[in-house]
Amino acid sequence: MTLLEFRDVHVTYTGSRGRIPAVRGVDLAVEAGTTVGVAGESGCGKSTLAMAVLRLLPRSAEVTGEILLDGEDLLRMGWGRLRAVRWTGASIVFQGAMHSLNAVQRIGRQVAEPMLVHDKGLRPAVAAKRAEGLLERVGLPPSRVRSYPHELSGGQRQRVMIAMALACDPDLIIADEATTALDVMVQAQVLQLISGLVSERGVGLVMISHDLSVLSSVCDTAAVMYAGRIVEQGPAHEVFARARHPYSAALGAAFPVIGDPASRLRPGGLAGDPPDPTRLPEGCSFRPRCAVAVERCGLESPELLQIGGSRSSACFVAQEGEPVVVG
Amino acid sequence: MTTSTPTSPRALRRARRRQSFARSWAAYRAQRTGMIGLVLLGAIVLLALAAPVLVDESALSVTQATGGRMEPPSAEYPLGTDEVGRSVLALTLWGSRLSLLIGLTATVVAIVIGTAVGVTSGHVGGWYGWIALRVSDWFMVLPSLVVAIALLAVLGRSMATTILVIALVSWSGTTRLVRAQTLTVQSRPYLERARALGAGHWHQMTKHLLPNVLPLVLASATLLVPSAILMESSLAWLGLGDPNVVSWGSILNRASDNGAVSAHAWWYLLPPGLAILLVVLAFMMCGRALEAVFNPRLRGESA
Amino acid sequence: MTDSPTPEGGAAPLHDPAPPSGRRPGRPVSKRSTSGFGRYLCKHIGGAAVSLLLVLFSSFFIFRLIAGDPIDQLTKERPVSPEERAALRAELGLDRPMWQQFWDYITGTLTMDLGDSFQYRRPIFDLIVERLPATILLSGTGMVLAVLLGFWIGTRSGWRQGSRFDRAHVGTGLLLYSAPTFWLGMIVILVFARYLGIFPVNGMRSPNTPPDLWSQAVDIGHHLVLPVLTYTAVVYAGYLMIMRSSILDEIGNDYLTTARAKGLRDDEVRDRHAVPNALLPTVTLVFLAIGGVVNGSIVTETVFSWPGLGSLFVQAIFYPDRPVLQALFVLFSASTIIAVLAAEILYWFIDPRIRKS
Repeated sequence: MTLLEFRDVHVTYTGSRGRIPAVRGVDLAVEAGTTVGVAGESGCGKSTLAMAVLRLLPRSAEVTGEILLDGEDLLRMGWGRLRAVRWTGASIVFQGAMHSLNAVQRIGRQVAEPMLVHDKGLRPAVAAKRAEGLLERVGLPPSRVRSYPHELSGGQRQRVMIAMALACDPDLIIADEATTALDVMVQAQVLQLISGLVSERGVGLVMISHDLSVLSSVCDTAAVMYAGRIVEQGPAHEVFARARHPYSAALGAAFPVIGDPASRLRPGGLAGDPPDPTRLPEGCSFRPRCAVAVERCGLESPELLQIGGSRSSACFVAQEGEPVVVG
Repeated sequence: MTTSTPTSPRALRRARRRQSFARSWAAYRAQRTGMIGLVLLGAIVLLALAAPVLVDESALSVTQATGGRMEPPSAEYPLGTDEVGRSVLALTLWGSRLSLLIGLTATVVAIVIGTAVGVTSGHVGGWYGWIALRVSDWFMVLPSLVVAIALLAVLGRSMATTILVIALVSWSGTTRLVRAQTLTVQSRPYLERARALGAGHWHQMTKHLLPNVLPLVLASATLLVPSAILMESSLAWLGLGDPNVVSWGSILNRASDNGAVSAHAWWYLLPPGLAILLVVLAFMMCGRALEAVFNPRLRGESA
Repeated sequence: MTDSPTPEGGAAPLHDPAPPSGRRPGRPVSKRSTSGFGRYLCKHIGGAAVSLLLVLFSSFFIFRLIAGDPIDQLTKERPVSPEERAALRAELGLDRPMWQQFWDYITGTLTMDLGDSFQYRRPIFDLIVERLPATILLSGTGMVLAVLLGFWIGTRSGWRQGSRFDRAHVGTGLLLYSAPTFWLGMIVILVFARYLGIFPVNGMRSPNTPPDLWSQAVDIGHHLVLPVLTYTAVVYAGYLMIMRSSILDEIGNDYLTTARAKGLRDDEVRDRHAVPNALLPTVTLVFLAIGGVVNGSIVTETVFSWPGLGSLFVQAIFYPDRPVLQALFVLFSASTIIAVLAAEILYWFIDPRIRKS
């Protein structure tokens, strides 16, 4: 069953520099009980996409297309219905838990708040009890409900965010760089916790990260975004092991493989920066940084096309069946 | 190489200052309220400067007054007369000179004291810095009007004492601002470099700290002037102003002493009060606009 | 920007959201928090004590500089013999050495024995007790109204920066803030008392009111309207701007996005999340203003001949009644110092970040 589906979603910011296209036509589906990873450099539009789901973008952002949650288009919902769907239909684990939590409110109250908002009949004492239970589920002592955010460590705060995301039993959870700021050991614990939830409760999970090792360890499918578009999509381990787009290949190569001397001698990474969204290059927007670009890449923009099995790529070279990595 | 090419350090610095001034001015100009305030202020200052041309000083003389007691506005006296028959219009015009003069001078004195104490206490630190901080804290917490009244009662009533007293109750805010800024600048690497190159305290303070602090001080001074003008008018209205000069506050002091309210002499009350209101408002508008130039968060995108 | 001195005493500075003591408590968490409440308390009580001592010292010496012999002031219009003068001098303790007078003054002040007023020939303590309720009634009512009004409007103004509501209220607030209090008071009297005649011109009571509680209360309330209106009109704009700028500081913070994502209505996000965070930096300012409640209405009391401490102070200047000036100066200053101290202590309890362990 398809939980969440993006259909040709565009997000355009209107600012002092004119119109800035942040997301340019994204199609993506998330099935219940599966995890979809979204990868890409900062500024590629992946966080914008996450915020667009619950319509949390600032008023200067214009969103077009369709975002279907359980078949219902979020972009055409009334405010009342949208508020009802927020956190019950889908919840978000925000990046930067320190700032995403209210610094002057106790943890318990913040975790219990969405329950009380969505169930007017719920007694505060019951909600508080449930909040303790949620903390316990994410591996925190229930007594932490009385703490303030600054009294917790970074990993604990991130767990609080996860507990909070679970408060209203949502069908879909979006984790936006949920583990980026954590150190490796804590990151592993949090990841385990998140993937446990997916298998145990059958929720859909969208995992947004620039860290491919995180995505490949947790996700079933992966989508790689570049300059506001999905450039490659497929089963997670295949996308990262055998990229079919030069950008995903470069992204993968930027992470050294521990114990592989070859990766040390052949430092990956990519020259240059992602393009300025107000001045995208002609043709394929990755062309200026691409090592395998051909003449056609400068003339037209490649569509995301299926290239055998469950893989798709938005690269002319890959679509021809040629290798996307030089050498 | 000619002197006009900006290659000497001094010329370079001047060019850079001009550039940053141009940038600030552009940001200021973009704000409608700031421009309205500036125009309003310009008009008031112009009137104050032109007062001797528009109305002869003899109009202020009690003995040479030609009108009747508290006459309502007429063709001869567009804003009526006061209790001895002087034209309220003439009084208000002349009053602007004193009110502006006292407000501006007091502000200048206040920011000079405030900046000097702020820079030195931030730069020198130690015991001196601690004492300076405590004293400025003390002045900040004390109720300014009470202190001003007390000091004026002691020092006697004259223009100079009024200015001094207003400056004394206003300097501490500037000190705090300047001190904080000094401490920030001081921790920057280029000052450490200057020290390593053997720059003395005087050089550090005048060449590095002051130029960094001044724009902020000038912006904040714009907001000090209106409170100085309000303070002056309150003191003068209470009867603590210089008895020999005419300021807006002293006009209103005479008005209330001579029963202008019970005589329903609105023409005697409105002009000086509105004048204070307009000047203060104009300074506030300019000050807020300047504040926005230096603190872009306040500007907003009006989304 | 700067903490400009407030023109009419009690008005909060219009442009400085930082507490006037400057030690902006809380965010970012400062290093003092490591040593716990005891040290925090000691530090602030110590600072306040130093300030209070400075006030005691300065009040003694400043008013001694007032020109003229106090005996001349006391015996204004009647001729007195040198013997009488000497007796009076001895009675007032003016013949004793300066250091002894100073010691008497310090011990007297600390034991609430403030001496006698030159003007009223009565203990100053009694005078103050008699007039304090009037001042608290006027300034307290005005202050509460100004804070409520200013914060209510400021919150909504900041939350919708640049909206018509914001522009209209900031404009009105600035306009009223720019008006001198005494002038506004005179205009208010002219319009509401003289032309319309619906409120009394000045004072706190009418002479012919029946003595029962209800009639008295209605009478005082009737007299209270115009002074409170004047006071509130001039002061509320300061609170409006402080709260507005504090709210602007919070807008765009991530925790508000979280609150919105949870499904809270816009006003719930504002009132439950943005406002509590925005209120913290303003607490000290409100407390400073409470200290200023006693003296903030010097001008208002004078315009409306309100029988409070402010008008007593102004009278004493012109007499000049040195003991009264001394006592009120200490009282006014001490109340602001203690209010700021109270704000700093309160801060410990309301801002969890300051006590970070």
